[in-house]
Amino acid sequence: MNYSPHTQKDKKEMLDAIGVPSVEDLLKAIPQEFRLQKLDLPEGISELELKALVSEKAAKNRSTRELTSFLGAGAYEHYIPEVVGTVISRGEFLTAYTPYQAEASQGTLQAIYEYQSLICELTGMDAANASMYDGASALAEAVLLAVRETGRRRVIFSSSLHPEYKQVIRTYLEGYKIELVEIAHRDGLFDEEGLKGQANEDAACVIMQNPNFFGFIENAEAIDAACHRCGALLIACVNPVSLGVLKSPGECNADIAVGEGQPLGIPLSYGGPYLGFFAVKEKHMRKMPGRIAGMTKDIEGKRGYVLTMQAREQHIRREKATSNICTNEGLMALAACVYLSLLGKEGIKEVARQNVLKSHYLKDGILKLSGYELMSGRPFFNEFIIRCGKDPDRIIGDLLKHGIIGGLPLGRFYPNMKNCMLICATETKTKEEIDRFVELLGKH
Amino acid sequence: MEKLIFEMSSAGRKGYSLPKLDVPEADLKSLIPPGLSRNTEAGLPEVSEFDCVRHFTRLSQLNYSLDTTFYPLGSCTMKYNPKINEKLAGLEEFAALHPYQPDSSIQGTLEILYETEQALSKICGMDGFTLQPAAGAHGELTGMLIVRAYHTSKGNPRKKVIIPDSAHGTNPASAALCGYEVVTVRSDKAGRVDLEALKALVDEEVAVLMLTNPNTLGLFEKNVKEIAGLLHKAGALLYLDGANLNALLGITRPGDMGFDIVHVNLHKTFSTPHGGGGPGSGPVGVKGHLLDYLPVPRIRQKRNKLTLDYDPKKTIGRVRAFYGNIGIIIRAYCYIRSLGWAGLKDAALDAILSANYLKARLKAHYQPAVDDEPCMHECVFSGKDKKEYGVRTLDIAKRLLDYGFYAPTVYFPLIVEEAIMVEPTETESKETLDAFIEAMIKIAEEAKTDPALLREAPHTTPVRRLDEVLAARELNLRWKSSGA
Repeated sequence: MNYSPHTQKDKKEMLDAIGVPSVEDLLKAIPQEFRLQKLDLPEGISELELKALVSEKAAKNRSTRELTSFLGAGAYEHYIPEVVGTVISRGEFLTAYTPYQAEASQGTLQAIYEYQSLICELTGMDAANASMYDGASALAEAVLLAVRETGRRRVIFSSSLHPEYKQVIRTYLEGYKIELVEIAHRDGLFDEEGLKGQANEDAACVIMQNPNFFGFIENAEAIDAACHRCGALLIACVNPVSLGVLKSPGECNADIAVGEGQPLGIPLSYGGPYLGFFAVKEKHMRKMPGRIAGMTKDIEGKRGYVLTMQAREQHIRREKATSNICTNEGLMALAACVYLSLLGKEGIKEVARQNVLKSHYLKDGILKLSGYELMSGRPFFNEFIIRCGKDPDRIIGDLLKHGIIGGLPLGRFYPNMKNCMLICATETKTKEEIDRFVELLGKH
Repeated sequence: MEKLIFEMSSAGRKGYSLPKLDVPEADLKSLIPPGLSRNTEAGLPEVSEFDCVRHFTRLSQLNYSLDTTFYPLGSCTMKYNPKINEKLAGLEEFAALHPYQPDSSIQGTLEILYETEQALSKICGMDGFTLQPAAGAHGELTGMLIVRAYHTSKGNPRKKVIIPDSAHGTNPASAALCGYEVVTVRSDKAGRVDLEALKALVDEEVAVLMLTNPNTLGLFEKNVKEIAGLLHKAGALLYLDGANLNALLGITRPGDMGFDIVHVNLHKTFSTPHGGGGPGSGPVGVKGHLLDYLPVPRIRQKRNKLTLDYDPKKTIGRVRAFYGNIGIIIRAYCYIRSLGWAGLKDAALDAILSANYLKARLKAHYQPAVDDEPCMHECVFSGKDKKEYGVRTLDIAKRLLDYGFYAPTVYFPLIVEEAIMVEPTETESKETLDAFIEAMIKIAEEAKTDPALLREAPHTTPVRRLDEVLAARELNLRWKSSGA
């Protein structure tokens, strides 16, 4: 398939207008030694053949629709209302570019403004940007903001922070002279005493993931106190759906709130595209990275929206910009915007409540079995860690034969937790599925 | 204008449905202590599903988009986004995969990723690719980290990154983010690197030169071989910003020209939709000597199975959580397979033909930034001669909206005064190009006869010209219940 509409006649007319006999005459600037004879790729194929080819690949996957998955760990299976997909697949949204010409992009701009507002409401923060790549890169950008704002060089977090987020922070900060301080967790939570010992006048920020990677809910009050006592910024990295029941970053006194927005109506898609959300207290507004939409008026006084505070951005400030980000995750922000609009005030609470109840029902079931115990009895939201009597990889392999993805074995991230497994149950799991999972676990 | 979704809210309306709870009820307070619970509820709107559908459908109709309008944004390669690719990428077997599923249950996805890496390597003449970066600028950051890791392994990370004054703003921002000092090299009037100026800048502290080829004036960097030689001789690397790769497909390969690292934009060259600001995807390709530094995880083939390798020794690490923007990569894979080797080359040739046609027909009315040679896939004009009528490039752009066209990229590249950068792409028909040309010619005429018409444009869009100064001065970034 080739999508170019030019016929031989068109080409001839165009070449005539240009005044050259062939397209080859337009390529003279390319040195002959660099010209390629033929790309080493297969022939093109028709739509029918493409469908067959890709369907064949698809058939080699076993999706979470076919299998029953109890995986979480930063990406969550949630109910996605059909309307979300309908809206984001509209060509007017899907095939537009970043809204440079505001007057011809009011749909995208108003949606971004609404998205920013919804994120502010959910997180209890003052201002949000139009999105970042994902939760991990949003967190890395939050750390950069904290370093810029405080002029300090220590970044403090707990070992209960998502291991991949830690890796991303390390990668992003490679070119900076920053000290990353990882404090070993205490019974699954941020070690408050350890934090007090490390939070000094060199600390730029304290990162609190809540719920943390282990699923536990952090004691925000103590972290806030230790963090702000030394003048560091508090970065809350949160699961947005949990905010239906859990203290918001605003209530936790966070200066910056970030997180993975995937739970807000975005498919799992093997890890992307996802959505990094980023929100701050008012005093940090002008240091935010990324695109930001603002309300304004047109020359007739009518309400409208534009990209604003562009003087922070790379296309104006170049090497002095607050971030290098350009293309972000606009369409995913739109998905989250539609999702939050549909769920509304009551829906977000109900989804969160069901997550709490289903995951606790699962935990109660597993605790009745012999050979399994909880890593800690701390309060959790929708996932928790169990210690297994056997090698979790073997349990996972066996469950897969029964159509179940049992959870995430943690040995890969924490060598001292080789017998541990992180298990999640969201509102998508039925009692019947949970019971069957528990029953199969019981056979080990 | 459409109301805000918050202004449509009415207490008690519901736009969602959830199954009745089938596990035992419990008091949440017994599971989550009050000190950890939310006190003030989130002020989300309450609307019906139908209200929500109408609201967002109406919003969509306020947009110009590629599906509805010619969208000649220079440097953005707004080509047709094939519908079949949307459908295939959305298949449940791809969309409903958890990133931590066992490798054995995701072989189909891994095959697509692996084959896409291979195809991009062949298209660019590189030895390996990572598909993880989420966008072009993210690819640049990844590339700069690779540069740093490479030089560090040689004993000195070096201090400077050279960037032409015609480059995209993301280049200097990415280099700075990576801790490098940015050194600007002058371009000649064709936007090409001034070789003499470059020679004076290259020393042992230069880590890399970031080059865009074709450059942002739409011209091929003829001296690329000399540039590569200069850099390599000093032990530095050469990086390609692949924003303009559409002009090179099947015609020539960055790897053959001496580039060590390249990032490509799947949302430009490989037809994936831009989504009103992403998601994109910015794969990074490297030559053999840099393969070890690519970010993790890497896809490996072992005994006919594909697996993910999380710990190669010299890797720069992880640039994002999980693997990458998979949905976008699948669309690009579909595009590459559909077009095949001949289709990709035809796409590049037709894009070049279209850009030169536009330039030829418009040059009597707008001054080309460079007129003594053909352009590649895009052409740049200057609107400076319209200033005598009191009309600026911005006014021309806004007036185009009245004629039903999205505007070209304006005021970029920075080295062209009042720049108008047009990239028609290969998927626009001659009729569309002709209609655009007619509109541009009319606007050039209007600039002389009725400049106020341009200065007050647009006239027919959902809103008239918006006040950006007001937006920046009286920041209003969110709706508030007390009234915005």
